[in-house]
Amino acid sequence: MTLRSRTAVVGVGETAYYKRGQAPDAEFKLALEAIVSACADAGIHPRDIDGFASFSNDRNDPSQLAAALGCRELRFANMQWGGGGGGGSAAIGNAAAAIMSGMAECVVVFRALAQGQYGRFGQGAQAPTVSGNLAHTVPYGLLSPAHMFAMKYRRFMYEFGVEQSALRAIALACYEHAQANPRAVMHGRPLDAATYDESRWIVEPWHLYDCCLENDGAAAMILVAGERARDFPHLPCYVLSAVAGSQFRAGAPVHNTPDYATSNFKTLVPRLYQMARLGPADIDVLQSYENFTGGVLMSIVEHGLCKAGEVNEFFVPDNLTAPDGQLPLNTSGGNLAECYMHGLGLNIEAVRQIRRTSTAQVANAEVSMVISGPMVTPVSSCIFGSEATL
Amino acid sequence: MSRPYLHPGLPAPAPSDLDRPYWDGLRNDKLLLQRCRRCARFQWGPEWICHRCLNFDLSFDEVEPLGTIFSHQRVWHPVHPALKKQGAYVIVLVELTHADNVRVVGNLLGDPAQPLRIGAEVEGVFEHHHDGEPAYSLLQWRYV
Repeated sequence: MTLRSRTAVVGVGETAYYKRGQAPDAEFKLALEAIVSACADAGIHPRDIDGFASFSNDRNDPSQLAAALGCRELRFANMQWGGGGGGGSAAIGNAAAAIMSGMAECVVVFRALAQGQYGRFGQGAQAPTVSGNLAHTVPYGLLSPAHMFAMKYRRFMYEFGVEQSALRAIALACYEHAQANPRAVMHGRPLDAATYDESRWIVEPWHLYDCCLENDGAAAMILVAGERARDFPHLPCYVLSAVAGSQFRAGAPVHNTPDYATSNFKTLVPRLYQMARLGPADIDVLQSYENFTGGVLMSIVEHGLCKAGEVNEFFVPDNLTAPDGQLPLNTSGGNLAECYMHGLGLNIEAVRQIRRTSTAQVANAEVSMVISGPMVTPVSSCIFGSEATL
Repeated sequence: MSRPYLHPGLPAPAPSDLDRPYWDGLRNDKLLLQRCRRCARFQWGPEWICHRCLNFDLSFDEVEPLGTIFSHQRVWHPVHPALKKQGAYVIVLVELTHADNVRVVGNLLGDPAQPLRIGAEVEGVFEHHHDGEPAYSLLQWRYV
């Protein structure tokens, strides 16, 4: 028995998305707003939520959320370990597992971020000393997430002869999709190839536009048992598969993981497709988490959507843009151009594709995949399907 | 050496119970890495157990500071106040030649604009921060 089709997403909700530090509200209030919005979308009252699932050490405690929302009973309070966005699809899998096992009936997956209220990502350690594993990297100026991952991608580039144009194609596709999405932070701010090429390096091989935004806001989605999915207002969106984890010693300290030039999905992908009873050729549309474009590229290769030796030919904007691209990618604008909500916005966009409500809709999208948090550990992926996939 | 590779002000390493011999070694111009007393294999970074044979009895043994560049990055955007006036700098991941291919992180000495070559041979240079608080040493790298 697997998760396949046993649960469905019946409500999605988001706050407005703000530039980092510019949310007018407290993070907890943003979380509440997104959850209330997701409930309204599902046509349920928040009191009916009996489970909460999140990731990346979200600061908003389920007991307090349940109290604030008047939930009748709390049955499931779950946190996927691991930083960054690696837990986005895992949290959906955890919610689905709770529902199919009878631990809970109505679980909200959520993530809220207000960096004005709390600390900022992407900034190095400010303490006078560091100890433990950080002591072996920080004194050499290896400080930020970009620094932590750039050498993995550089090694992949070296091994497979990847050109910069492949990364540029990812950035251009995200920005093009954001121009159709009024919710996107970069809506109305298109990007062209020359601007990408001339943009400053953050860390080679990543330009400014290869790096995710930093935003304030919150996102939420409501899951219930699959057999109830038709009782809700929107087209049903079933969870066909969700997997999490990483390969042997992915967490080895100080950049000593044996398989270094990887986004950490190699061991997950066979399980992902097996559970969904689908393969790479069945994926109609993809949302792939951009912490950095290099992670997107490696994760797409590791999900079998492009051969490593063919990335320079495959990663061109026409292949990655809706509605006609071979693999429409990040159709809301993604973390680069819509909003950085630790990737939960990507999962919501994947649901929109199944509901036929994306602002960059892929015709007849029946199978919609999300790749969460490449290069961190654990990572996760999930596949959503329409009723036609049952 | 006269001047550290990076401008002063980054956090200084504070030895822990797990890696104190390593830091003491650098202070004395020696690279000491963790090695299992049972299976005699090196591992890095330091761990509480040998991940191969699950032996808790680990030593720190001297390793010749020679290796090859496994990967690299040229950093431009400063994310720490100490680096605001640094300009570009290079971080390398070095695979050691004589320690079961473990990797260490350091800076590549020389012009930050120099070509960066995966696979190139490099040798270690001990960089002493005598006036650090506490005093400490780093291990840097240069092309052979």
